[in-house]
Amino acid sequence: MTASISSSRRRGKAGSYLLLAVGSGFVIVPFWFMVSTSLKPQAYIFDIPPKLIPEEVTTANYSEALGKDLFGVYFLNSMVVAIAAVVLTLFLSSMLAYAFARLEFPGKEKIFYLLLIGMMVPPVMLIIPQFLVAKSLHLLDSLLGLVVVYVAMNVSMQTFLLRGFFESIPRELEEAALIDGASRWTIMWRVILPLSRPGLAVVAIFTFLYAWDEFPWAHVAIRETARRTLPIGIALFQSQHLTQWGQVFAASIVALVPVVLVFAVFQRYFVRGISTTGLKG
Amino acid sequence: MTARFARPASDQRRRGTGPFEGTTSKPFRRFWRAAIFLLPGFAVYLTFLFGPMIYSARISLFDWNIVDPTLSEPVGFDNYSRALGDPIFRRAVVNTVAYTLVTVPGQIILGMGVALLLNQAIRGRALFRVLYYLPVITPWVIVTLLFEYMFVGQGGLVNWLLRDVLGVIQKNVLWLADPILTFVPIHLLGIWKGVGWTAIIALAGLQAIPQELSDAASVDGASPLSRFRYITLPLLRPTLVFLMVVLVIGGLNAYISNLLITDGGNPLDLTHFVLTLMYEATFTRLDFGYGAAISYLLAVFVFMVSLVQIRLLRRRVEL
Repeated sequence: MTASISSSRRRGKAGSYLLLAVGSGFVIVPFWFMVSTSLKPQAYIFDIPPKLIPEEVTTANYSEALGKDLFGVYFLNSMVVAIAAVVLTLFLSSMLAYAFARLEFPGKEKIFYLLLIGMMVPPVMLIIPQFLVAKSLHLLDSLLGLVVVYVAMNVSMQTFLLRGFFESIPRELEEAALIDGASRWTIMWRVILPLSRPGLAVVAIFTFLYAWDEFPWAHVAIRETARRTLPIGIALFQSQHLTQWGQVFAASIVALVPVVLVFAVFQRYFVRGISTTGLKG
Repeated sequence: MTARFARPASDQRRRGTGPFEGTTSKPFRRFWRAAIFLLPGFAVYLTFLFGPMIYSARISLFDWNIVDPTLSEPVGFDNYSRALGDPIFRRAVVNTVAYTLVTVPGQIILGMGVALLLNQAIRGRALFRVLYYLPVITPWVIVTLLFEYMFVGQGGLVNWLLRDVLGVIQKNVLWLADPILTFVPIHLLGIWKGVGWTAIIALAGLQAIPQELSDAASVDGASPLSRFRYITLPLLRPTLVFLMVVLVIGGLNAYISNLLITDGGNPLDLTHFVLTLMYEATFTRLDFGYGAAISYLLAVFVFMVSLVQIRLLRRRVEL
Protein backbone atom coordinates (compact mmCIF):
# COMPACT_ATOMS: atom_id res chain seq x y z
CA MET A 1 0.00 0.00 0.00
CA THR A 2 2.58 2.53 1.10
CA ALA A 3 4.87 1.36 -1.64
CA SER A 4 2.27 2.02 -4.32
CA ILE A 5 1.56 5.51 -2.94
CA SER A 6 5.22 6.46 -2.90
CA SER A 7 5.81 5.09 -6.37
CA SER A 8 2.86 7.04 -7.75
CA ARG A 9 4.23 10.11 -5.92
CA ARG A 10 7.58 9.53 -7.56
CA ARG A 11 5.93 9.22 -10.94
CA GLY A 12 4.02 12.44 -10.24
CA LYS A 13 7.24 14.20 -9.42
CA ALA A 14 8.91 13.00 -12.61
CA GLY A 15 5.89 14.31 -14.52
CA SER A 16 6.22 17.66 -12.78
CA TYR A 17 9.86 17.91 -13.76
CA LEU A 18 9.04 17.01 -17.31
CA LEU A 19 6.33 19.68 -17.57
CA LEU A 20 8.53 22.31 -15.93
CA ALA A 21 11.36 21.44 -18.29
CA VAL A 22 9.13 21.73 -21.35
CA GLY A 23 7.91 25.11 -20.11
CA SER A 24 11.46 26.26 -19.49
CA GLY A 25 12.27 25.22 -23.04
CA PHE A 26 9.65 27.60 -24.38
CA VAL A 27 11.17 30.36 -22.29
CA ILE A 28 14.80 29.65 -23.05
CA VAL A 29 14.78 28.82 -26.76
CA PRO A 30 13.92 32.38 -27.89
CA PHE A 31 16.67 33.81 -25.66
CA TRP A 32 19.12 31.20 -26.83
CA PHE A 33 18.20 31.99 -30.42
CA MET A 34 18.79 35.69 -29.75
CA VAL A 35 22.27 35.02 -28.36
CA SER A 36 23.23 32.69 -31.18
CA THR A 37 21.93 35.11 -33.82
CA SER A 38 23.98 37.89 -32.32
CA LEU A 39 27.08 35.74 -32.82
CA LYS A 40 26.37 34.80 -36.46
CA PRO A 41 27.84 36.55 -39.48
CA GLN A 42 25.16 38.41 -41.47
CA ALA A 43 25.22 35.78 -44.24
CA TYR A 44 23.91 33.09 -41.88
CA ILE A 45 21.07 35.11 -40.30
CA PHE A 46 18.28 33.49 -42.34
CA ASP A 47 19.89 30.10 -42.76
CA ILE A 48 17.59 27.14 -43.29
CA PRO A 49 17.50 25.17 -41.09
CA PRO A 50 18.05 27.84 -38.41
CA LYS A 51 21.02 26.95 -36.26
CA LEU A 52 20.78 27.24 -32.52
CA ILE A 53 24.54 26.87 -32.37
CA PRO A 54 26.26 29.08 -34.93
CA GLU A 55 28.58 27.33 -37.35
CA GLU A 56 30.82 30.31 -37.46
CA VAL A 57 31.12 32.57 -34.44
CA THR A 58 31.90 36.24 -34.78
CA THR A 59 31.83 39.26 -32.50
CA ALA A 60 31.52 41.59 -35.47
CA ASN A 61 27.86 42.32 -34.67
CA TYR A 62 28.81 43.57 -31.25
CA SER A 63 31.63 45.79 -32.35
CA GLU A 64 29.54 47.21 -35.21
CA ALA A 65 26.30 47.70 -33.28
CA LEU A 66 28.06 49.29 -30.36
CA GLY A 67 29.97 51.65 -32.59
CA LYS A 68 26.88 52.67 -34.53
CA ASP A 69 24.14 55.17 -33.85
CA LEU A 70 25.55 56.55 -30.62
CA PHE A 71 24.77 53.28 -28.86
CA GLY A 72 27.13 54.20 -26.02
CA VAL A 73 25.28 57.48 -25.57
CA TYR A 74 21.92 55.68 -25.42
CA PHE A 75 23.28 53.29 -22.82
CA LEU A 76 24.60 56.18 -20.75
CA ASN A 77 21.32 58.10 -21.10
CA SER A 78 19.36 55.06 -19.94
CA MET A 79 21.70 54.62 -16.97
CA VAL A 80 21.51 58.29 -15.95
CA VAL A 81 17.72 58.38 -16.28
CA ALA A 82 17.19 55.09 -14.43
CA ILE A 83 19.51 55.99 -11.56
CA ALA A 84 18.08 59.49 -11.20
CA ALA A 85 14.54 58.10 -11.24
CA VAL A 86 15.47 55.53 -8.59
CA VAL A 87 17.11 58.08 -6.27
CA LEU A 88 14.31 60.61 -6.62
CA THR A 89 11.57 58.01 -6.20
CA LEU A 90 13.24 56.59 -3.10
CA PHE A 91 13.57 60.06 -1.61
CA LEU A 92 10.05 61.31 -2.35
CA SER A 93 8.22 58.05 -1.61
CA SER A 94 10.04 57.64 1.71
CA MET A 95 8.94 61.09 2.83
CA LEU A 96 5.36 60.54 1.69
CA ALA A 97 5.21 57.08 3.20
CA TYR A 98 6.58 58.33 6.50
CA ALA A 99 3.93 61.04 6.71
CA PHE A 100 1.15 58.57 5.96
CA ALA A 101 2.52 55.92 8.31
CA ARG A 102 3.42 58.02 11.33
CA LEU A 103 2.13 61.61 11.30
CA GLU A 104 -1.38 62.71 12.17
CA PHE A 105 -2.79 65.57 10.14
CA PRO A 106 -6.20 66.72 8.94
CA GLY A 107 -7.42 65.16 5.69
CA LYS A 108 -4.82 62.40 5.88
CA GLU A 109 -7.05 59.68 4.50
CA LYS A 110 -8.38 61.79 1.63
CA ILE A 111 -4.91 62.91 0.64
CA PHE A 112 -3.77 59.30 0.66
CA TYR A 113 -6.61 58.30 -1.66
CA LEU A 114 -5.76 61.20 -3.95
CA LEU A 115 -2.28 59.72 -4.25
CA LEU A 116 -3.56 56.18 -4.81
CA ILE A 117 -5.47 57.27 -7.92
CA GLY A 118 -2.05 57.25 -9.56
CA MET A 119 -1.96 53.46 -9.24
CA MET A 120 -5.12 53.05 -11.28
CA VAL A 121 -4.59 55.37 -14.22
CA PRO A 122 -3.57 53.58 -17.41
CA PRO A 123 -0.17 55.15 -18.12
CA VAL A 124 -0.44 55.65 -21.86
CA MET A 125 -3.62 57.73 -21.55
CA LEU A 126 -1.52 60.39 -19.84
CA ILE A 127 0.93 60.78 -22.67
CA ILE A 128 -0.92 63.56 -24.47
CA PRO A 129 -1.36 65.91 -21.50
CA GLN A 130 2.09 65.01 -20.19
CA PHE A 131 3.48 66.00 -23.55
CA LEU A 132 1.73 69.38 -23.36
CA VAL A 133 2.79 69.98 -19.75
CA ALA A 134 6.38 69.01 -20.52
CA LYS A 135 6.31 71.25 -23.58
CA SER A 136 5.23 74.29 -21.60
CA LEU A 137 7.86 73.57 -18.93
CA HIS A 138 10.56 73.12 -21.63
CA LEU A 139 11.13 69.54 -20.54
CA LEU A 140 10.79 67.95 -23.97
CA ASP A 141 14.00 66.59 -25.45
CA SER A 142 15.59 66.49 -22.01
CA LEU A 143 16.52 63.61 -19.76
CA LEU A 144 15.06 65.50 -16.81
CA GLY A 145 11.69 65.41 -18.56
CA LEU A 146 11.93 61.61 -18.63
CA VAL A 147 12.99 61.40 -14.99
CA VAL A 148 10.15 63.51 -13.55
CA VAL A 149 7.50 61.59 -15.46
CA TYR A 150 8.97 58.23 -14.41
CA VAL A 151 8.98 59.38 -10.80
CA ALA A 152 5.36 60.58 -11.06
CA MET A 153 4.31 57.23 -12.57
CA ASN A 154 5.96 55.28 -9.75
CA VAL A 155 5.47 57.42 -6.68
CA SER A 156 1.95 56.19 -5.79
CA MET A 157 2.73 52.50 -5.87
CA GLN A 158 6.06 52.87 -4.11
CA THR A 159 4.62 55.08 -1.39
CA PHE A 160 1.91 52.50 -0.83
CA LEU A 161 4.54 49.78 -0.55
CA LEU A 162 6.86 51.73 1.77
CA ARG A 163 4.01 52.82 4.02
CA GLY A 164 3.36 49.14 4.68
CA PHE A 165 7.00 48.57 5.53
CA PHE A 166 7.21 51.60 7.83
CA GLU A 167 4.05 50.60 9.68
CA SER A 168 5.54 47.22 10.49
CA ILE A 169 8.40 48.88 12.42
CA PRO A 170 7.65 49.00 16.17
CA ARG A 171 6.73 52.51 17.30
CA GLU A 172 8.73 52.16 20.54
CA LEU A 173 11.93 52.59 18.59
CA GLU A 174 10.83 56.03 17.49
CA GLU A 175 9.31 57.06 20.77
CA ALA A 176 12.64 56.72 22.51
CA ALA A 177 14.21 59.04 19.96
CA LEU A 178 11.28 61.47 20.18
CA ILE A 179 11.72 61.73 23.94
CA ASP A 180 15.39 62.48 23.39
CA GLY A 181 14.23 65.48 21.36
CA ALA A 182 14.95 64.20 17.86
CA SER A 183 12.84 65.78 15.10
CA ARG A 184 10.59 63.68 12.87
CA TRP A 185 13.00 64.30 10.03
CA THR A 186 15.95 62.92 11.98
CA ILE A 187 13.90 59.94 13.07
CA MET A 188 12.97 59.10 9.51
CA TRP A 189 16.59 59.18 8.39
CA ARG A 190 18.21 57.62 11.44
CA VAL A 191 15.62 55.12 12.63
CA ILE A 192 13.09 54.24 9.95
CA LEU A 193 15.09 54.14 6.73
CA PRO A 194 17.96 51.99 8.07
CA LEU A 195 15.39 49.45 9.28
CA SER A 196 13.58 49.43 5.92
CA ARG A 197 16.40 48.33 3.65
CA PRO A 198 14.51 45.40 2.12
CA GLY A 199 11.58 47.68 1.29
CA LEU A 200 13.85 50.33 -0.17
CA ALA A 201 15.57 47.64 -2.24
CA VAL A 202 12.24 46.57 -3.71
CA VAL A 203 11.39 50.17 -4.60
CA ALA A 204 14.80 50.66 -6.19
CA ILE A 205 14.62 47.48 -8.27
CA PHE A 206 11.16 48.11 -9.64
CA THR A 207 11.81 51.73 -10.45
CA PHE A 208 15.06 50.80 -12.17
CA LEU A 209 13.43 48.13 -14.31
CA TYR A 210 10.54 50.45 -15.14
CA ALA A 211 12.84 53.23 -16.28
CA TRP A 212 15.06 50.83 -18.20
CA ASP A 213 12.07 49.38 -20.04
CA GLU A 214 9.92 52.46 -20.59
CA PHE A 215 9.18 53.11 -24.23
CA PRO A 216 5.99 55.15 -24.90
CA TRP A 217 6.91 58.32 -23.04
CA ALA A 218 10.53 58.36 -24.19
CA HIS A 219 9.30 57.76 -27.72
CA VAL A 220 7.12 60.86 -27.57
CA ALA A 221 9.23 63.17 -25.45
CA ILE A 222 12.61 62.74 -27.15
CA ARG A 223 13.27 63.87 -30.70
CA GLU A 224 16.96 64.63 -30.56
CA THR A 225 19.16 61.63 -31.36
CA ALA A 226 21.68 62.30 -28.60
CA ARG A 227 19.01 62.17 -25.89
CA ARG A 228 17.52 58.80 -26.78
CA THR A 229 17.36 55.98 -24.28
CA LEU A 230 18.07 52.34 -25.11
CA PRO A 231 14.54 51.12 -25.92
CA ILE A 232 14.10 53.94 -28.43
CA GLY A 233 17.59 53.45 -29.80
CA ILE A 234 17.09 49.73 -30.32
CA ALA A 235 13.62 50.06 -31.87
CA LEU A 236 14.79 52.70 -34.34
CA PHE A 237 17.97 50.79 -35.03
CA GLN A 238 15.86 47.84 -36.14
CA SER A 239 13.66 49.95 -38.42
CA GLN A 240 16.70 51.62 -40.03
CA HIS A 241 18.84 48.52 -40.53
CA LEU A 242 15.96 46.21 -41.28
CA THR A 243 17.67 42.88 -41.71
CA GLN A 244 20.74 43.40 -39.56
CA TRP A 245 19.28 41.11 -36.92
CA GLY A 246 22.68 40.09 -35.61
CA GLN A 247 23.43 43.68 -34.71
CA VAL A 248 19.95 44.32 -33.33
CA PHE A 249 20.35 41.41 -30.95
CA ALA A 250 23.93 42.27 -30.06
CA ALA A 251 22.65 45.67 -28.94
CA SER A 252 19.69 44.01 -27.15
CA ILE A 253 21.93 41.66 -25.22
CA VAL A 254 24.15 44.49 -24.05
CA ALA A 255 20.99 46.33 -22.97
CA LEU A 256 19.89 43.23 -21.06
CA VAL A 257 23.06 42.95 -19.00
CA PRO A 258 22.12 45.52 -16.32
CA VAL A 259 18.63 44.01 -16.01
CA VAL A 260 19.97 40.52 -15.48
CA LEU A 261 22.59 41.79 -13.01
CA VAL A 262 20.00 43.65 -10.95
CA PHE A 263 17.77 40.61 -11.01
CA ALA A 264 20.52 38.15 -10.07
CA VAL A 265 21.79 40.25 -7.18
CA PHE A 266 18.40 41.13 -5.71
CA GLN A 267 16.45 38.00 -6.58
CA ARG A 268 15.20 37.31 -3.08
CA TYR A 269 13.92 40.87 -2.55
CA PHE A 270 12.35 40.58 -5.93
CA VAL A 271 10.19 37.59 -5.25
CA ARG A 272 9.19 39.03 -1.90
CA GLY A 273 8.37 42.38 -3.43
CA ILE A 274 6.21 40.88 -6.15
CA SER A 275 4.30 38.55 -3.92
CA THR A 276 3.63 41.11 -1.20
CA THR A 277 2.66 43.97 -3.46
CA GLY A 278 1.74 42.52 -6.82
CA LEU A 279 3.97 45.02 -8.55
CA LYS A 280 4.45 44.33 -12.19
CA GLY A 281 8.08 44.15 -13.25
CA MET B 1 14.04 75.14 9.17
CA THR B 2 10.42 76.23 9.14
CA ALA B 3 9.48 73.44 11.52
CA ARG B 4 12.04 74.65 14.02
CA PHE B 5 10.70 78.18 13.92
CA ALA B 6 7.12 77.07 14.13
CA ARG B 7 7.53 75.02 17.22
CA PRO B 8 8.15 77.68 19.91
CA ALA B 9 5.42 79.89 18.48
CA SER B 10 2.77 77.23 18.64
CA ASP B 11 3.95 76.08 22.04
CA GLN B 12 3.21 79.56 23.30
CA ARG B 13 -0.16 79.51 21.67
CA ARG B 14 -1.03 76.24 23.24
CA ARG B 15 -0.34 77.77 26.62
CA GLY B 16 -2.83 80.61 25.79
CA THR B 17 -6.15 80.69 27.57
CA GLY B 18 -8.52 81.22 24.60
CA PRO B 19 -11.24 78.55 24.41
CA PHE B 20 -10.34 77.37 20.89
CA GLU B 21 -6.59 77.75 21.07
CA GLY B 22 -5.82 74.13 21.67
CA THR B 23 -8.27 72.76 19.13
CA THR B 24 -7.77 75.10 16.18
CA SER B 25 -4.04 75.67 16.14
CA LYS B 26 -3.04 72.07 16.65
CA PRO B 27 -4.45 70.63 13.42
CA PHE B 28 -2.83 73.44 11.48
CA ARG B 29 0.47 72.93 13.16
CA ARG B 30 0.21 69.23 12.43
CA PHE B 31 -0.73 69.93 8.87
CA TRP B 32 2.31 72.10 8.27
CA ARG B 33 4.60 69.62 9.88
CA ALA B 34 3.28 66.93 7.57
CA ALA B 35 3.42 69.28 4.59
CA ILE B 36 7.21 69.26 4.64
CA PHE B 37 7.06 65.54 4.02
CA LEU B 38 4.22 65.68 1.53
CA LEU B 39 4.93 68.69 -0.64
CA PRO B 40 7.92 67.55 -2.72
CA GLY B 41 6.29 64.25 -3.66
CA PHE B 42 2.92 65.82 -4.36
CA ALA B 43 4.49 68.56 -6.47
CA VAL B 44 5.78 65.91 -8.89
CA TYR B 45 2.65 63.76 -8.64
CA LEU B 46 0.22 66.61 -9.27
CA THR B 47 2.25 68.21 -12.05
CA PHE B 48 3.04 65.10 -14.05
CA LEU B 49 0.27 62.65 -13.24
CA PHE B 50 -2.88 63.96 -11.59
CA GLY B 51 -2.86 67.35 -13.26
CA PRO B 52 -2.37 65.87 -16.75
CA MET B 53 -5.18 63.41 -16.09
CA ILE B 54 -7.62 66.27 -15.48
CA TYR B 55 -6.13 68.38 -18.26
CA SER B 56 -6.70 65.53 -20.69
CA ALA B 57 -10.46 65.67 -20.10
CA ARG B 58 -10.41 69.32 -21.15
CA ILE B 59 -8.30 68.69 -24.24
CA SER B 60 -10.74 66.01 -25.37
CA LEU B 61 -13.51 68.61 -25.60
CA PHE B 62 -11.58 70.83 -28.05
CA ASP B 63 -10.32 70.84 -31.56
CA TRP B 64 -6.96 71.34 -29.90
CA ASN B 65 -4.51 73.73 -31.48
CA ILE B 66 -1.04 72.47 -30.70
CA VAL B 67 0.71 75.65 -31.82
CA ASP B 68 -1.45 78.07 -29.85
CA PRO B 69 -3.80 76.36 -27.37
CA THR B 70 -5.76 79.61 -26.88
CA LEU B 71 -7.00 79.24 -30.47
CA SER B 72 -8.44 75.80 -29.73
CA GLU B 73 -12.09 75.52 -30.62
CA PRO B 74 -14.51 73.95 -28.17
CA VAL B 75 -16.35 71.13 -29.91
CA GLY B 76 -18.28 69.56 -27.04
CA PHE B 77 -18.33 65.78 -27.29
CA ASP B 78 -17.59 65.78 -31.02
CA ASN B 79 -14.26 63.99 -30.60
CA TYR B 80 -16.00 61.23 -28.69
CA SER B 81 -18.80 60.72 -31.18
CA ARG B 82 -16.29 60.87 -34.03
CA ALA B 83 -14.28 58.08 -32.39
CA LEU B 84 -17.33 55.91 -31.73
CA GLY B 85 -18.43 56.24 -35.35
CA ASP B 86 -14.98 55.64 -36.82
CA PRO B 87 -14.57 52.12 -38.32
CA ILE B 88 -10.82 52.21 -37.67
CA PHE B 89 -11.44 52.94 -34.00
CA ARG B 90 -14.02 50.16 -33.79
CA ARG B 91 -11.64 47.74 -35.41
CA ALA B 92 -8.97 48.79 -32.91
CA VAL B 93 -11.39 48.11 -30.04
CA VAL B 94 -12.17 44.66 -31.43
CA ASN B 95 -8.45 43.90 -31.81
CA THR B 96 -7.69 45.08 -28.28
CA VAL B 97 -10.55 43.13 -26.70
CA ALA B 98 -9.60 40.02 -28.66
CA TYR B 99 -6.00 40.37 -27.44
CA THR B 100 -7.25 40.63 -23.86
CA LEU B 101 -9.63 37.67 -24.22
CA VAL B 102 -6.81 35.49 -25.53
CA THR B 103 -3.85 36.59 -23.42
CA VAL B 104 -5.52 36.89 -20.00
CA PRO B 105 -6.85 33.31 -19.80
CA GLY B 106 -3.63 32.12 -21.47
CA GLN B 107 -1.49 33.73 -18.81
CA ILE B 108 -3.72 32.64 -15.93
CA ILE B 109 -4.01 29.00 -17.02
CA LEU B 110 -0.32 28.57 -17.79
CA GLY B 111 0.74 30.66 -14.78
CA MET B 112 -1.48 28.61 -12.47
CA GLY B 113 -0.03 25.44 -13.95
CA VAL B 114 3.52 26.58 -13.32
CA ALA B 115 2.59 27.72 -9.80
CA LEU B 116 1.00 24.37 -8.96
CA LEU B 117 4.07 22.54 -10.24
CA LEU B 118 6.38 24.78 -8.25
CA ASN B 119 4.26 24.47 -5.12
CA GLN B 120 5.75 21.05 -4.36
CA ALA B 121 8.83 19.93 -2.54
CA ILE B 122 10.98 19.67 -5.64
CA ARG B 123 14.60 20.50 -6.17
CA GLY B 124 15.60 23.40 -8.40
CA ARG B 125 12.54 25.48 -7.54
CA ALA B 126 14.55 28.69 -7.29
CA LEU B 127 16.15 28.02 -10.66
CA PHE B 128 12.80 27.45 -12.38
CA ARG B 129 11.44 30.58 -10.77
CA VAL B 130 14.31 32.64 -12.18
CA LEU B 131 13.92 31.06 -15.62
CA TYR B 132 10.21 31.71 -15.86
CA TYR B 133 10.71 35.25 -14.68
CA LEU B 134 13.29 36.10 -17.34
CA PRO B 135 10.76 37.23 -20.00
CA VAL B 136 9.03 39.43 -17.42
CA ILE B 137 12.10 41.55 -16.72
CA THR B 138 13.25 41.77 -20.31
CA PRO B 139 12.29 45.11 -21.87
CA TRP B 140 9.25 44.99 -24.18
CA VAL B 141 11.16 46.39 -27.12
CA ILE B 142 13.69 43.56 -27.00
CA VAL B 143 11.19 40.69 -26.70
CA THR B 144 9.03 42.23 -29.42
CA LEU B 145 11.91 42.36 -31.88
CA LEU B 146 12.83 38.81 -30.89
CA PHE B 147 9.33 37.54 -31.73
CA GLU B 148 9.30 39.53 -34.94
CA TYR B 149 12.51 37.80 -35.96
CA MET B 150 11.24 34.32 -35.08
CA PHE B 151 8.08 34.90 -37.13
CA VAL B 152 9.80 36.28 -40.24
CA GLY B 153 8.25 34.71 -43.36
CA GLN B 154 11.43 33.63 -45.15
CA GLY B 155 13.92 31.85 -42.92
CA GLY B 156 12.11 32.42 -39.64
CA LEU B 157 12.34 29.85 -36.87
CA VAL B 158 8.58 29.34 -36.57
CA ASN B 159 7.96 28.68 -40.26
CA TRP B 160 10.87 26.26 -40.33
CA LEU B 161 9.46 24.39 -37.32
CA LEU B 162 5.98 24.20 -38.81
CA ARG B 163 7.07 23.28 -42.32
CA ASP B 164 10.23 21.21 -42.09
CA VAL B 165 9.96 19.70 -38.63
CA LEU B 166 6.24 19.25 -37.98
CA GLY B 167 5.04 19.28 -41.57
CA VAL B 168 1.90 21.22 -40.65
CA ILE B 169 2.24 23.75 -43.46
CA GLN B 170 3.36 23.34 -47.07
CA LYS B 171 4.78 26.78 -47.71
CA ASN B 172 5.92 29.65 -45.57
CA VAL B 173 3.24 31.68 -43.81
CA LEU B 174 3.69 35.44 -44.01
CA TRP B 175 2.81 36.10 -40.38
CA LEU B 176 3.76 39.75 -40.31
CA ALA B 177 1.98 40.98 -43.44
CA ASP B 178 -1.52 39.62 -42.86
CA PRO B 179 -4.11 41.64 -40.86
CA ILE B 180 -5.23 38.55 -38.94
CA LEU B 181 -2.12 36.37 -38.76
CA THR B 182 -0.02 39.24 -37.43
CA PHE B 183 -1.88 38.82 -34.14
CA VAL B 184 -0.44 35.32 -33.70
CA PRO B 185 3.01 36.56 -32.68
CA ILE B 186 1.47 39.50 -30.78
CA HIS B 187 -0.82 37.25 -28.72
CA LEU B 188 1.81 34.61 -28.13
CA LEU B 189 4.24 37.28 -26.98
CA GLY B 190 1.64 38.69 -24.57
CA ILE B 191 1.21 35.26 -22.98
CA TRP B 192 4.88 34.30 -23.06
CA LYS B 193 5.97 37.50 -21.34
CA GLY B 194 3.32 37.37 -18.60
CA VAL B 195 3.32 33.74 -17.45
CA GLY B 196 6.24 34.18 -15.03
CA TRP B 197 4.64 37.07 -13.22
CA THR B 198 1.27 35.33 -13.00
CA ALA B 199 2.96 32.19 -11.69
CA ILE B 200 4.80 34.02 -8.92
CA ILE B 201 1.66 35.79 -7.72
CA ALA B 202 -0.32 32.54 -7.88
CA LEU B 203 2.48 30.73 -6.04
CA ALA B 204 2.36 33.29 -3.23
CA GLY B 205 -1.40 32.72 -3.03
CA LEU B 206 -0.97 28.93 -2.98
CA GLN B 207 1.61 29.09 -0.23
CA ALA B 208 -0.80 31.05 1.94
CA ILE B 209 -3.28 28.13 1.88
CA PRO B 210 -2.79 25.94 4.96
CA GLN B 211 -1.46 22.53 3.93
CA GLU B 212 -3.55 20.81 6.66
CA LEU B 213 -6.77 21.42 4.73
CA SER B 214 -5.52 19.58 1.71
CA ASP B 215 -3.98 16.81 3.85
CA ALA B 216 -7.19 16.30 5.78
CA ALA B 217 -9.15 16.02 2.54
CA SER B 218 -6.75 13.50 1.08
CA VAL B 219 -7.00 11.39 4.25
CA ASP B 220 -10.76 11.44 3.67
CA GLY B 221 -10.12 10.09 0.21
CA ALA B 222 -10.52 13.22 -1.93
CA SER B 223 -8.78 12.98 -5.30
CA PRO B 224 -6.16 15.58 -6.26
CA LEU B 225 -8.62 17.02 -8.77
CA SER B 226 -11.45 17.47 -6.28
CA ARG B 227 -8.99 18.86 -3.72
CA PHE B 228 -8.03 21.46 -6.30
CA ARG B 229 -11.65 22.15 -7.20
CA TYR B 230 -13.10 22.39 -3.68
CA ILE B 231 -10.18 23.60 -1.56
CA THR B 232 -7.47 25.30 -3.58
CA LEU B 233 -9.60 27.16 -6.09
CA PRO B 234 -12.09 28.76 -3.65
CA LEU B 235 -9.30 29.83 -1.28
CA LEU B 236 -7.30 31.20 -4.18
CA ARG B 237 -10.16 33.35 -5.41
CA PRO B 238 -8.86 36.68 -4.05
CA THR B 239 -5.56 36.03 -5.82
CA LEU B 240 -7.37 35.14 -9.03
CA VAL B 241 -9.48 38.30 -8.85
CA PHE B 242 -6.35 40.35 -8.40
CA LEU B 243 -4.59 38.59 -11.29
CA MET B 244 -7.54 39.01 -13.59
CA VAL B 245 -8.03 42.70 -12.86
CA VAL B 246 -4.35 43.52 -13.31
CA LEU B 247 -3.94 41.37 -16.43
CA VAL B 248 -7.08 42.77 -18.08
CA ILE B 249 -5.88 46.32 -17.46
CA GLY B 250 -2.52 45.33 -18.93
CA GLY B 251 -4.17 43.68 -21.93
CA LEU B 252 -6.35 46.65 -22.77
CA ASN B 253 -3.31 48.90 -22.51
CA ALA B 254 -1.12 46.78 -24.78
CA TYR B 255 0.92 49.00 -27.03
CA ILE B 256 4.60 48.38 -27.77
CA SER B 257 4.35 44.90 -29.30
CA ASN B 258 1.65 46.04 -31.71
CA LEU B 259 3.36 49.32 -32.59
CA LEU B 260 6.61 47.57 -33.53
CA ILE B 261 5.20 44.47 -35.19
CA THR B 262 2.46 46.13 -37.27
CA ASP B 263 4.45 49.32 -37.70
CA GLY B 264 1.45 51.38 -36.56
CA GLY B 265 -1.66 49.54 -37.80
CA ASN B 266 -0.40 48.16 -41.11
CA PRO B 267 -1.82 46.94 -43.37
CA LEU B 268 -4.61 49.49 -44.00
CA ASP B 269 -5.09 50.49 -40.35
CA LEU B 270 -6.67 47.09 -39.75
CA THR B 271 -4.34 45.95 -36.99
CA HIS B 272 -4.38 48.87 -34.54
CA PHE B 273 -4.80 48.56 -30.83
CA VAL B 274 -6.63 51.44 -29.17
CA LEU B 275 -3.41 52.95 -27.94
CA THR B 276 -1.47 52.68 -31.19
CA LEU B 277 -4.40 54.44 -32.86
CA MET B 278 -4.32 57.11 -30.16
CA TYR B 279 -0.61 57.53 -30.75
CA GLU B 280 -1.07 57.90 -34.48
CA ALA B 281 -3.99 60.33 -34.19
CA THR B 282 -2.05 62.48 -31.77
CA PHE B 283 1.55 62.48 -32.84
CA THR B 284 1.28 61.73 -36.55
CA ARG B 285 -1.93 63.58 -37.47
CA LEU B 286 -1.53 66.07 -34.57
CA ASP B 287 -5.22 65.67 -33.70
CA PHE B 288 -4.67 66.06 -29.96
CA GLY B 289 -8.34 66.47 -29.03
CA TYR B 290 -9.27 63.26 -30.85
CA GLY B 291 -6.36 61.36 -29.28
CA ALA B 292 -7.33 62.58 -25.81
CA ALA B 293 -10.92 61.48 -26.38
CA ILE B 294 -9.72 58.00 -27.38
CA SER B 295 -7.55 57.70 -24.30
CA TYR B 296 -10.43 58.81 -22.07
CA LEU B 297 -12.79 56.29 -23.66
CA LEU B 298 -10.22 53.59 -22.99
CA ALA B 299 -9.70 54.71 -19.38
CA VAL B 300 -13.44 54.68 -18.69
CA PHE B 301 -13.78 51.26 -20.30
CA VAL B 302 -10.86 49.88 -18.27
CA PHE B 303 -12.34 51.28 -15.09
CA MET B 304 -15.79 49.80 -15.73
CA VAL B 305 -14.43 46.40 -16.69
CA SER B 306 -12.38 46.31 -13.49
CA LEU B 307 -15.41 47.19 -11.38
CA VAL B 308 -17.56 44.54 -13.03
CA GLN B 309 -14.88 41.88 -12.56
CA ILE B 310 -14.43 42.69 -8.90
CA ARG B 311 -18.20 42.64 -8.32
CA LEU B 312 -18.84 39.40 -10.17
CA LEU B 313 -16.00 37.48 -8.64
CA ARG B 314 -16.71 38.76 -5.15
CA ARG B 315 -20.33 37.68 -5.39
CA ARG B 316 -19.33 34.18 -6.33
CA VAL B 317 -17.09 33.91 -3.28
CA GLU B 318 -20.04 34.63 -1.01
CA LEU B 319 -22.12 31.81 -2.50
